Amino acid sequence: MNTKAGAWRRLLGWVDDRYPLSETWEAHLSKYYAPKNFNFWYYFGSLALVVLVLQILTGIFLTMHYKPDTGLAFASVEYIMRDVDWGWLIRYLHSTGASLFFVVVYLHMFRAFLYGSHRNPRELLWIIGVVIFIALMAEAFMGYLLPWGNMSYWGAQVIISLFDAIPVVGPGLAEWIRGDFVVADATLNRFFALHVVAVPLVLIMLVFIHIVALHKVGSNNPDGIEIKKKKDARGIPLDGIPFHPYYTVKDIVGTTVFLIVFTVIAFFIPELWGWFLEHDNFIPANILQTPQEIKPLWYFTPFYSILRATTSDMVAWGLTPLVIVMAALIIFSVKRARTRLVTSAIAALLLIGFYFIEAKVWGVVLMGLALGAFFLVPWLDRSPVKSIRYRGWMYKTALTFFTIAFIVLGYLGTKPPSGLYSLLAKIGLVIYFLFFLLMPWYTTFDKTKPVPERVTWK
Amino acid sequence: MRTLLLLVLMGLPLGGHAAEGHNECGQLAKCDPVKIDLRDQPSLQRGARTFVNYCLPCHGASYMRYNRMGQDLGIPEDLLKEDMIFTGDKVGDLMKTAMRKEDAKEWLKTAPPDLTLVTRWRSPEWVYTYLRNFYRDDKSASGWNNLVFPNVAMPHVLYEWQGELRPAQPTAQAQDGKPVEKTAPTSERLEVAKPGAKTAAEFDRDMRDLTNFLVYLGEPAKLDRYRIGVYVLIFLAVFLVFAYLLKKEYWKDVH
Repeated sequence: MNTKAGAWRRLLGWVDDRYPLSETWEAHLSKYYAPKNFNFWYYFGSLALVVLVLQILTGIFLTMHYKPDTGLAFASVEYIMRDVDWGWLIRYLHSTGASLFFVVVYLHMFRAFLYGSHRNPRELLWIIGVVIFIALMAEAFMGYLLPWGNMSYWGAQVIISLFDAIPVVGPGLAEWIRGDFVVADATLNRFFALHVVAVPLVLIMLVFIHIVALHKVGSNNPDGIEIKKKKDARGIPLDGIPFHPYYTVKDIVGTTVFLIVFTVIAFFIPELWGWFLEHDNFIPANILQTPQEIKPLWYFTPFYSILRATTSDMVAWGLTPLVIVMAALIIFSVKRARTRLVTSAIAALLLIGFYFIEAKVWGVVLMGLALGAFFLVPWLDRSPVKSIRYRGWMYKTALTFFTIAFIVLGYLGTKPPSGLYSLLAKIGLVIYFLFFLLMPWYTTFDKTKPVPERVTWK
Repeated sequence: MRTLLLLVLMGLPLGGHAAEGHNECGQLAKCDPVKIDLRDQPSLQRGARTFVNYCLPCHGASYMRYNRMGQDLGIPEDLLKEDMIFTGDKVGDLMKTAMRKEDAKEWLKTAPPDLTLVTRWRSPEWVYTYLRNFYRDDKSASGWNNLVFPNVAMPHVLYEWQGELRPAQPTAQAQDGKPVEKTAPTSERLEVAKPGAKTAAEFDRDMRDLTNFLVYLGEPAKLDRYRIGVYVLIFLAVFLVFAYLLKKEYWKDVH
């Protein structure tokens, strides 16, 4: 035993002299101190990593059998489902994983809104995260075209044609993306390349720097206080515990529960009643036959709803008053002359734009802003506390409304936009943006509770 | 492209060829329920026989191989060759239709769709209801029409089994002798005009078998995945117990 252990130590020493192996292990796992009071919401970071690995592994095997050719793609997916050993499992794990990736990421992001994880000093960590989210959307969008089902085809057709709406360069840009005048073989081929090589590389690199940034500043926690402020004599945070073994064993439990949910879906209800795999994707792409309802998969529908809700009525009776009121609010509450001037100029430009530029362009702009708004949250939030535990009723109300609006918009995005649904989507859109626009005010005036010195635990 | 976008944003239906909704049954208020049971191998075998005899001549099942069907449904290869392959194909071949696309276009104006995935695109209920709601319509090119898929190009292939149906005629008097209001021929109900070789119950059973087979055809892995899924869940449940105990043991030290 002794000689064996000695040999192992010598080998490790040999490696450590040439590569910082033990050093990395200690810095990021065995001597990386995380707050001990993590709760349910802190599982989703590690789960996102689990799903990423799963998507890459299953994706590699799918790539071995899939054919990126409009004449062969659909049949090659059915070939995987029937003739490839365990192909059906690999494919269902990949399709289920795609949707659950978004479930996990949305919950991971929601956690930040609960406990202020985007606040100083974690702004850059948050920004990298939002970039990951956008890259993930691109990855999902391009992957969705690959089975070459009819919904894949028409979904891509509609979403790419959004670029058409951009003034001047739009049509050229859309054509450049497709490589053709319609979604065609060239589009399928390049989406395949981007989906299996380019975007995954970007995602892996971004996830890496997301974790590097996290380990630089340390994890936030449900109390939203910095554990690094209270250290013991050895410089170890009093409320910190080494990530390994404490959080590795805890995350194994979380991962197992997650895998149980995953298994139930992938083995028993892989279509999830049309939410994860759509019925209209079980017929091949057909340029002559549009699905009754062209709609993206559920994880895009909140943003799709915002796009559709931006009608000319909405611009005239919704956005116009919104811009005027917001401008008045800023001018009223900010005393600096330059800010007032800039605000007035932007508001005037927008109002002129509303009048001259058609509504669908504003729809695309709002969809972009709906994503872009996330970048600004660390600076829009002016509360002296981070965690919702110590915030007042204003933030709690705002977050509740935002969450409901997000879910309702998501649901409405899967339905035809008629009558009541259309009105609800417009209201949802206004709530969605007011959550961000009014944040500097309601977080400033909100009555907060005193924050404890140490984390609350058990 | 701009127009397309505009149309979609306005939520207007695009063209007249828009596909039917997943669970909407044309002129009928709703689809009829159908009992799907993939463990019922005799039902699947009967459905397969109906399929290769009456469907495969025009429709393909071109993502599926004969021998896979044989293995899954317990049909030996020699029987497969003798009774189920009429095109001269080999047992390992895909179940392609004998009809050429050009012929189909000429005879029926449209190529019959591939049926491999029809129950996953529509629904088993849709298929089951569709198969049982053909009726005589002298105005249509084929002489047939369908309540579930109005003006479908497909004729009633199984009319010898089911007989001829027609829209229910207005009734002047109810059974108990009380006069009731005269109604126009209903577009939601069919009645027998000429009986076929089978009774309604027999025909329904045959169509249930056929639908059952089509569900199998849509996803042969369905035969395995529920069973395997149960084992995976049992493994994970046991693993969870140990993972939890391990976590508890370590976390005893955290105060």
